[in-house]
Amino acid sequence: MTWTADQPIVSIKKVHKSFGTLEVLKGVSLDVMKGEVICIIGPSGSGKSTLIRCINGLNDIQGGSITVEGQEVHTPDLDKLALRRKVGMVFQQYNLFPHKTALENVMMAPVKVLRQNKADVEARARALMKKVRLEGKEDSYPGELSGGQQQRVAIARSLAMNPDVMLFDEVTAALDPETVKEVLVTIKDLAAEGMTCILVTHEMGFAREVADHIYFTDRGVIVEHGPPATFFDEASDPRTQEFLGQIL
Amino acid sequence: MKRIAGINSPARSDMAVLKPFDVAAHVPDGFLFTRWMAALPWWTPFALMMAMVVYPQIAYAQSNFSTAEAFDALWRWMPFLLKSGFFFNVLISVLAMTIGTLAGAALGLAQISLLRPVRAGSWFVTQLFRNSPWLVLLFIVLLAFPFEIRAFGGVIRIPDWIKGVIGLSLPVMANISEVVRGAVQSVPTAQWEAAESLAFTRRQILWQIILPQCYKRMLPPWMNWYAILTMATPLCSLLGIEELITLSRQAMESEDNHPELLVPFFGFALLLFFAYCYPIARLTMRLERKFAVKL
Repeated sequence: MTWTADQPIVSIKKVHKSFGTLEVLKGVSLDVMKGEVICIIGPSGSGKSTLIRCINGLNDIQGGSITVEGQEVHTPDLDKLALRRKVGMVFQQYNLFPHKTALENVMMAPVKVLRQNKADVEARARALMKKVRLEGKEDSYPGELSGGQQQRVAIARSLAMNPDVMLFDEVTAALDPETVKEVLVTIKDLAAEGMTCILVTHEMGFAREVADHIYFTDRGVIVEHGPPATFFDEASDPRTQEFLGQIL
Repeated sequence: MKRIAGINSPARSDMAVLKPFDVAAHVPDGFLFTRWMAALPWWTPFALMMAMVVYPQIAYAQSNFSTAEAFDALWRWMPFLLKSGFFFNVLISVLAMTIGTLAGAALGLAQISLLRPVRAGSWFVTQLFRNSPWLVLLFIVLLAFPFEIRAFGGVIRIPDWIKGVIGLSLPVMANISEVVRGAVQSVPTAQWEAAESLAFTRRQILWQIILPQCYKRMLPPWMNWYAILTMATPLCSLLGIEELITLSRQAMESEDNHPELLVPFFGFALLLFFAYCYPIARLTMRLERKFAVKL
């Protein structure tokens, strides 16, 4: 089966995932079309992060299926490296490589993994640093950058692989309030350029602004979903209402 | 937390309280010797020297061989003991450390292999040599190794001191193996995940991302083991290898074995080892503190 752009770029069907006896995903399904921006919200422990970590194979699943561009993620014959070239991921704790400068962090994967020409990669990496508004910080080490700056380097690092889908796992949760905005602006730029983004976030205002579709998860299931306008104003499920009531 | 095959045990849960208790974080760090030595005040060698001068006068005041004569003998032997004795100890320690480090690095990497038999085998070898008395290892190597090898149409003789080097490098290898394994495991698993999600292979992650972060944190324990190894080189005198202690004994014999010679000669040996290892210990603890703050 070859994938075409009119099919979901990421398709999650009835996914079950447990850690030992603890079932964290109990049959979650959702589809993401190319260029869409999806926000997954919900109380902590509801399985949001686990879900997006399953998309690039960082977590395995016990049942159901996940496909990225038509390729099943959870089969033994999966080419994990091929999948991860298509799917970029940004983490809550940035996870930059502390022994490399910001520019080297961005350049490393394209040079070492994709074996691209170093000079070309450097030019692209500098452009990406500019894009995330970190011009002049190329030679700084992660330890010398603020949380927000590190997170933007992490985004540039992921973008350097030219992914088709970007996963954002609570990327602003560890940041100071004043640096949250600079990261959100970066993500908003990306979304505006048509990048397919799947975000786990607690920033409701941001979700409302950028998302094409919002999914609310609680205790391992998707309780409710819809476009932001209807979701935030017409949420019908009592669990959604309770959550939104606490957060907004 | 995610499980990195070969690196850590499977997390049964994402909830912190349900995670397995991290035993490694709660055992002594193996810096006991260096910490003790570095804690000594700088004037310790001078105090030792004073004790050397004073002790024989009290103990052997009635003897006809004076302390002055004993120190006179030491003075005459000093250049020889230093050049033929102590430098040989240093040579043995440097060679044993080199071999032990190379073999230990390989063994440590084998301990985090994906292949279960390799992991189990290297763990067993590490524990075996780490927990055996050094002297026993020395004797085993001395007695079990051939004194000559027939190869390339000729006979290559293996001198005893080479066997001593090999014998000492075994416990060093095992301890360096643990240092390497521990350092790799001390890098947060998030680093593995970040690299994995950038499509790095396991081998690339280990060599390009994890190990480069380990070198710094491996340096202090590595230096700690070098100091311990150097202090252990006199064990070679029991094998008849002509290092500082062997030569000191021979020198005392040629000076008619007066008991007054014991403290000056062995005290001199002690001072030499102290002078060599003390700066290493101080530097080790300084680096340890410096690197501990970072990361």
